[in-house]
Amino acid sequence: MPDIIRVTGLNKSFKLSAKQQKLENTKEKVIHAVNNLSFTADKGEIFGLLGPNGAGKTTTLRMLATLIKPDSGDALLDGASIANQPELVRAKIGFLTSELKLEEFFTPDYLYDFFCALHGIDPAVRNARKKEIFNKFGINEFAGVKVANLSTGMKQKTSLAISLVHDPGIIIFDEPTNGLDVITAKVVTEYLIELRSRGKTIIVSTHIFSLVEKICDRVGIIIKGNMTACGTLDQIRAGKSLEDRFFDIYSETVGTI
Amino acid sequence: MRNNVLIIIKKELARFFGDRRLMLSAVLLPGIMIYVMYTFMGDALSGMLNTDESYKYTISVVNMPESFSAMAGNLNADFTVIGADEIEARKIAVSEKKEDLLVLFPENFDALVAAYDTKSGEKAPQVSLYYNTTRTESTTIVNTMTEMLDAYESSLANKFDINAGGENYNLATEKDTSGFMFSSMLPMLLMIFLFTGCMAIAPESIAGEKERGTIATMLITPVKRSELVMGKIIALAIVALLSGASSTVGTLLSLPKMTGAIDGASAAFYSPADYIMLAAVILSTVLLFVSIISIISAFAKTIKEAQTSVAPLMIVVVLIGITGLFTGKSQSGAAYYLIPVYNSVQSMVGIFSFEASMPYIIITVAVNLILSTVCGFVLTKMFNSEKIMFNK
Repeated sequence: MPDIIRVTGLNKSFKLSAKQQKLENTKEKVIHAVNNLSFTADKGEIFGLLGPNGAGKTTTLRMLATLIKPDSGDALLDGASIANQPELVRAKIGFLTSELKLEEFFTPDYLYDFFCALHGIDPAVRNARKKEIFNKFGINEFAGVKVANLSTGMKQKTSLAISLVHDPGIIIFDEPTNGLDVITAKVVTEYLIELRSRGKTIIVSTHIFSLVEKICDRVGIIIKGNMTACGTLDQIRAGKSLEDRFFDIYSETVGTI
Repeated sequence: MRNNVLIIIKKELARFFGDRRLMLSAVLLPGIMIYVMYTFMGDALSGMLNTDESYKYTISVVNMPESFSAMAGNLNADFTVIGADEIEARKIAVSEKKEDLLVLFPENFDALVAAYDTKSGEKAPQVSLYYNTTRTESTTIVNTMTEMLDAYESSLANKFDINAGGENYNLATEKDTSGFMFSSMLPMLLMIFLFTGCMAIAPESIAGEKERGTIATMLITPVKRSELVMGKIIALAIVALLSGASSTVGTLLSLPKMTGAIDGASAAFYSPADYIMLAAVILSTVLLFVSIISIISAFAKTIKEAQTSVAPLMIVVVLIGITGLFTGKSQSGAAYYLIPVYNSVQSMVGIFSFEASMPYIIITVAVNLILSTVCGFVLTKMFNSEKIMFNK
């Protein structure tokens, strides 16, 4: 299968303020969040980025979503360069992270239509898609309620629906089930599998081993900004459980846990 | 792509007009508050300066002459003729606001006046009026009494009169009066109202979206940053104009009360061309204000921080606004109209005083629009900066 995502030598570092240095307990003025990161993802597969907190997963996804720029390196998403064609990239991807919030004043119905308009989606297509996804996630029940009055799960479902208004070929989810109740988490997980079956390429970042084992075709393990292992789920596991293998790799990389 | 700007404008306006609280505080309240405040101030001032016509003044007189009795008959007052031994007690009564006036004539006032020769070099007969300025009635009656005595004095040795013909000697036209009144006050008030309107909404729209994390949701759409900036600035300008219009209507409605209803002053003297020039100046000024406040708001991490950062600018706008206060005449010289904000004040003074110069108005509008465009570019760069947009 052709790779639809090709990440080549991505680097990203951040300057640390005195306050951040204190918080991070370091004297380093610059933190290297992502180091020379490369990987590919094929069409119709779910690629999991696995790693502990602060490993560089979210920074990688934010670079892929063109929210932040890499210091060097590039990534081609369905042929569009994150460095040179950010608007084209944004038209091709759906990005969901807890960092993105919905305007609390508006209703899910209004926001869905608004983001459809920004993506230039025909009203007839919009209505058909809205009906389908609102039914799937039960959004119809609260479509006319202001976001301010919705529960976390309802907001997450709405965010998910909005991130997919343009039916993107590439979907990037940062911690897709984080903070969700078990029922909503199951609905989201099953929907990711359904999207894969429709030929979508999905990248998820997570530190939940069970989620990776359940949905991912290939996995990249990021530790301290470096891709320390990358391959199919079976290649990574090498006959062990994913959790055991992860800690083996982590110990080999960091030294101790 | 222009369509995206319209979509963003519609969404921003939907946010504003859908939020009754925001609408009330940014558009309706300024006009209502100004009207109520200025009307109350006007009424209070009027009450301080004028007395009830039916009020009967209490006046004590020592050595009341016959000539004065004849004059005082027209006054609505209770006169009490007192002896010299009561003077101190009556002074205390005036001081304590129990009486309005104490008048001391010298003994045989009429005879002294008749016998007095102005060429003699001697001191003229003295009349003393004791009053209390903290009591409106006392101030009013002392002024009336002074005028009466002045008139009496003039009638004794009338050599010439001033403006006694009963004609209208003030050659200022009603248009001039209107021009002076409006150009004296409105430019400063308008600048303050427009800036306040921008200040009420821009930090919420820019810093507020950053603070709430909703701006990031917009930034991952294919919309260009420049379209996002343009949509926001135009929507903010529309709302700020509404806010400014509300304040202006409130001011115009309450102005007659504030100024004591200056005879002949009317906005009807302004032609459609004046209104078009004013609209152009106001629109370009609002765009500039919104752009500047948006840049400051984009730097801020929270709405509160943005509002605090913008506050000093308000002082600058007020100070520049004061330069147009009661001058009644705008600056001549193109260089003045190259100075942002000051150019708007001077252009408004020119328009309101019927002395607007079209080249100066064009320079003002052009300077404001060019600066707004530059600010738009800066804001676009800022929206592209991850450090500014995502630094928490």
